[in-house]
Amino acid sequence: MIDKTLASPLEALAGLADGSTVMISGFGGSGQPNALIEALIETGARELTIVNNNAGNGETGIAALLKAGQVRKVVCSFPRQVDSHVFQGLFRAGRVELELVPQGNLAERIRAAGAGIGAFFTPTAYGTPLAEGKETRSINGRMYVLEYPIHADLALIKALQGDRWGNLVYRKAARNFGPVMATAAKKTVVQVDRIVPLDELDPEAIVTPGIFVTHLVEVGDTVLRGPQPKPPAAAGSA
Amino acid sequence: MKRLTRDQLAARVARDIPEGAYVNLGIGLPTLVGNHLPRDREIFLHSENGILGMGPAPAEGEEDWDLINAGKQPVTMVTGGAFFHHADSFAIMRGGHLDICVLGAFQVSAGGDLANWHTGEPDAVPAVGGAMDLAVGARRVFVMMEHQTRGGESKIVAHCTYPLTGIGCVSRIYTDLAVIDVSSDGLIAREWVEGLSFEELCARTAAPLKRADASSGA
Repeated sequence: MIDKTLASPLEALAGLADGSTVMISGFGGSGQPNALIEALIETGARELTIVNNNAGNGETGIAALLKAGQVRKVVCSFPRQVDSHVFQGLFRAGRVELELVPQGNLAERIRAAGAGIGAFFTPTAYGTPLAEGKETRSINGRMYVLEYPIHADLALIKALQGDRWGNLVYRKAARNFGPVMATAAKKTVVQVDRIVPLDELDPEAIVTPGIFVTHLVEVGDTVLRGPQPKPPAAAGSA
Repeated sequence: MKRLTRDQLAARVARDIPEGAYVNLGIGLPTLVGNHLPRDREIFLHSENGILGMGPAPAEGEEDWDLINAGKQPVTMVTGGAFFHHADSFAIMRGGHLDICVLGAFQVSAGGDLANWHTGEPDAVPAVGGAMDLAVGARRVFVMMEHQTRGGESKIVAHCTYPLTGIGCVSRIYTDLAVIDVSSDGLIAREWVEGLSFEELCARTAAPLKRADASSGA
C-alpha cells in the first residue's frame, strides 16, 4: 500500500543538505506553508537558496528563517513589503543575495523546470535592467529574452486537502505557486489542513496529481478569517 | 484650474472600460478604479495571484485571508469567478489575453516607455512583482498617475530617467490634468481639465504634445 503521509513536518524534511535550493509556495501569507517553514528552521540547514514570491514579512515564517542566518540567497519578485524589514536589513548589510525576477518569469521558469524545458524566450523585461547581460532574439519582429528554468532540491507547499497518494486540492487564491512548484523539485513536501480517504477527492477537481508529491503532513485547520491584528498595508506589495 | 481628485481620476479611467473587458488593475492608485466601474456593466477583474472575477472588499469581519488581491488586501469573488495557479495566471497576463491593464508610474516617455518599479536609488530595495509582465502582455496598457511630482516636475518625459519597466508599451495616460494617447505620431492630448489651456498643459509636460482635433477642455 502506498502511503505518502508522514506524522511530522520535521520527519518529512529529514536529510536536507546545506546549500539546498528550497521553493516555498505562497503569495504573502496566503498559501504559505508555515508549519513546514518552522520545520525547515528546525533542521538547521544553512546556506539555503529560497525561491518564493516575496522575502518574508513580520518576524515569523520566511523572516524567521532569514533571521536565523540560514539563507544565502533569495529568488523572488517582490521583497519590498511594509513589514519585510528582516530581509531589507540583511540585504542592505550585504548578508543575503537577491535575484529579482519578474513574477511571470518566476512562475514560468518554475513551470519550465517541471515540464523538462531547457529554456524559453519571453518579451518580459526586454530593454530593462532585469534583462541586462541576457541573450535576446528577434522573433517575428518582436524582441525576446532567453530565460532558464529554476529547479529545486525541495518544494514546500500548502494545500487544503490531500489523500495518501498525494492528490491535492487547494483553497481559493492560496493555490498560487503551489501547483507549479510541486512539479519542479526533486522532493515535494505538502502541508494540508486535512488528509482525506483515497475516494474523497473528485478526480475532476484534483489540481495537483499525486505523482508530483513526495510526502504530505496533516496540520489541522489553518483558515484565517476576520480582521488581522496587522493586515498587510496597501502600499508596496505585489 | 480644476485638478482631478484621485477618485475623479479613477472614475475617468473607469468610463473607458467597456462591458465584457478582461482587466487587471495594478496596486495603489489603479485599484481605486474598481470602485468606480458602472454596476450595469459586466467587467472581469483579474488578479495576478490567480483570480478572475474579483469583487469588492468584504464587509468588516468577513475577511478571508486566502482571498486577497495583488496588494494583499482582502477581496471577494463575484458569482462566476474562477481560481487558477500562478503559471496560468501569468499566461493570462503575458499571452495577450487581458484587454486592459491599468498601472501606476513614476514616468512615461513620449514613445510610451514605462518606468514604475524602481527609483534606482542605490539604497532602495528593488521589487518588480508583475509589472513587467503586464507591460508587455496586456493588449492596452493604461497609465494612471499625477501629471507632475510634488516638486512640480513633469512625469511625462522625452526619455525616462528611472529604470524601465517596458519599452513602448503604454497606450494611454490618464493624469489629474489630462488624458493623453501615445501614438506613432507622438503624444496626443485628448482632453484636459477645466480652467487649463492647451498651452498651459504643454508647459507642465516635458515632452511635445499634439492637440487632438475634436477636443478642447473636458
